[in-house]
Amino acid sequence: MEHVLGAEMAANVWKVEVTVGQLVDADDVLLILESMKMEIPLWSPVRGRVTSVAVAPGDVVAEGQTLVVVEEGAA
Amino acid sequence: MTLDRDAAPHPDLPDVVQELKERTATALAGGGERQHAKIAEQGKLFVRARLDLLLDSGSFVENGLLARTMDDGLAADALVTGTGTVDGRVVAVIANDPTVKAGAWGRETIRKIIRQQEEAVVLQCPLLYLVDSAGARLDEQFDLFIDRHHAGRIFWNQARMSGALPQICVLFGPSPAGAAYLPAFCDAVIMVDGNASAFLGSPRMVEMATGEKATAEEMGGARMHCEVSGLGDQLAKDDVEALAMARRYLEFLPDHAEGEVPRRAGVEPAPGKSLDELIPQAQNRAFDVLKVLNRLVDEGSLFQHRAGFARELVTAFARLDGRTVGLVANQPMRKGGTLSSDSSEKGAQFVQLCDAYGIPLVFLSDTPGFMVGSQVERDGIIRRGAKYLSAIAEASVPRICVVLRKSYGAGYMAMSGATFGPDATIALPQAKLAIMGPEAAVNAIYLNKINAIEDPDERTAYVAALRAEYMINLDVFRAASATYLDAVILGDDLRAELVLRLERYARKDRERLPRRHAVIRG
Repeated sequence: MEHVLGAEMAANVWKVEVTVGQLVDADDVLLILESMKMEIPLWSPVRGRVTSVAVAPGDVVAEGQTLVVVEEGAA
Repeated sequence: MTLDRDAAPHPDLPDVVQELKERTATALAGGGERQHAKIAEQGKLFVRARLDLLLDSGSFVENGLLARTMDDGLAADALVTGTGTVDGRVVAVIANDPTVKAGAWGRETIRKIIRQQEEAVVLQCPLLYLVDSAGARLDEQFDLFIDRHHAGRIFWNQARMSGALPQICVLFGPSPAGAAYLPAFCDAVIMVDGNASAFLGSPRMVEMATGEKATAEEMGGARMHCEVSGLGDQLAKDDVEALAMARRYLEFLPDHAEGEVPRRAGVEPAPGKSLDELIPQAQNRAFDVLKVLNRLVDEGSLFQHRAGFARELVTAFARLDGRTVGLVANQPMRKGGTLSSDSSEKGAQFVQLCDAYGIPLVFLSDTPGFMVGSQVERDGIIRRGAKYLSAIAEASVPRICVVLRKSYGAGYMAMSGATFGPDATIALPQAKLAIMGPEAAVNAIYLNKINAIEDPDERTAYVAALRAEYMINLDVFRAASATYLDAVILGDDLRAELVLRLERYARKDRERLPRRHAVIRG
């Protein structure tokens, strides 16, 4: 199952911690947004493989905008 | 002449004893086998099994079992009502039977609901709605829609009881159209994942009215309501878990607004890291406030209200040394703890809930303030935030503000800071209080000067110096020195401090404002 992970609020992309194809565990930090002077980590909801990273550091994202896609359980 | 008491009844008289037995058995059975099989397939329990799980054994006193006994196939008119006890405490219950007419309301269904609401008021006990109903029976609408005592009266009663008696709704199945307002008036709404749904128009009706195609689950499913719309407070995996959650609410709520708030023997918090280890000093670093709460409250007592909705603000019941409290805490793991329109309304409801039922409130602040931007302004963040502030201003229960780390801008009022009249404002040593954080403030005051410096290194050094200077204003010891704060304490001492203060404030003479009510900007 595919998990499309969006921005929970308007923010800047500060750090991207994963690359396409990378295996991740549930609760791994995928990227960190910066908004309201706070670090806003995005965690993987599942164990799986990153199939898409739609943003790069410095990008401005709107609430709900797709950031990362994780394919659950993909070996 | 003597009476022969052993003589057989007159052959022309019906055997009423036998008749009662038969009518009772028919009413107790609910719908037919096919309907029972259908609910079993959906993973649902029969309404009477739900009551058995909820109530103490042998405590149920039923009203209106023989409703519509003169009609075929309308056992109890698809509703079970009465009173029982939960752990010895009296509650009233109103429970749909989806095996009869899919639980749809008929003319006696509404009379039974209203009668049971009235009895809850007379007995001054909590009222539980176990909802699983297809709505109103259109073929009986003449007898249930127009009169003063028809279906709308149910919601009028609910609105009038709100804040006087706890009303808890468990949605086991649908609650469509008018009945969708039933959960909306309740203090707590539990929804069973996959089976519960609430919407004003059914998928069929919506498609006819607007052409939109959506499933019942998409339009008004339990998960949607618990995570997006905010109509649902608890997402239960099945009927059994839903009923356990209903009992959990009763663990914290009194019988009525003036009743004793339940209290238990105190227990120590679960072992774990200290607050100083859990809360990073760096103001911009996220941490999980639930871990902090678990280190503060009695082990096993934390019960989140609306855990899946507006997660940047945690609202939860818990016990502190046995005493029931309501906790309102920013969650830096979500949106950096920034307040939003949704979290404002979530906070407003919880503060009102605690204030109505005499439950003391503890606010734990770590927020950069309310979200900014054109999107949130269009969404009405100011007027919706004001609802929350209004609820705090009206709350007269014991109320403590704890600044865990930061409290900026209107976020300070929203976390019941000193200006909003709490019984005490206390802070941990890393706390920062200001109109805005140093980055934003330096930018606001000195932008022209900063831009005028051409050398980037010089500019960076200048900004850093300005921020450091600004931080002096935010210093918690300065605030304590000016007696703006009542206490600055170590994280390790916070639980003991809260226990003592809550014990002290329990004697508080609660203020009643000399007016009918505030005017809320909706």
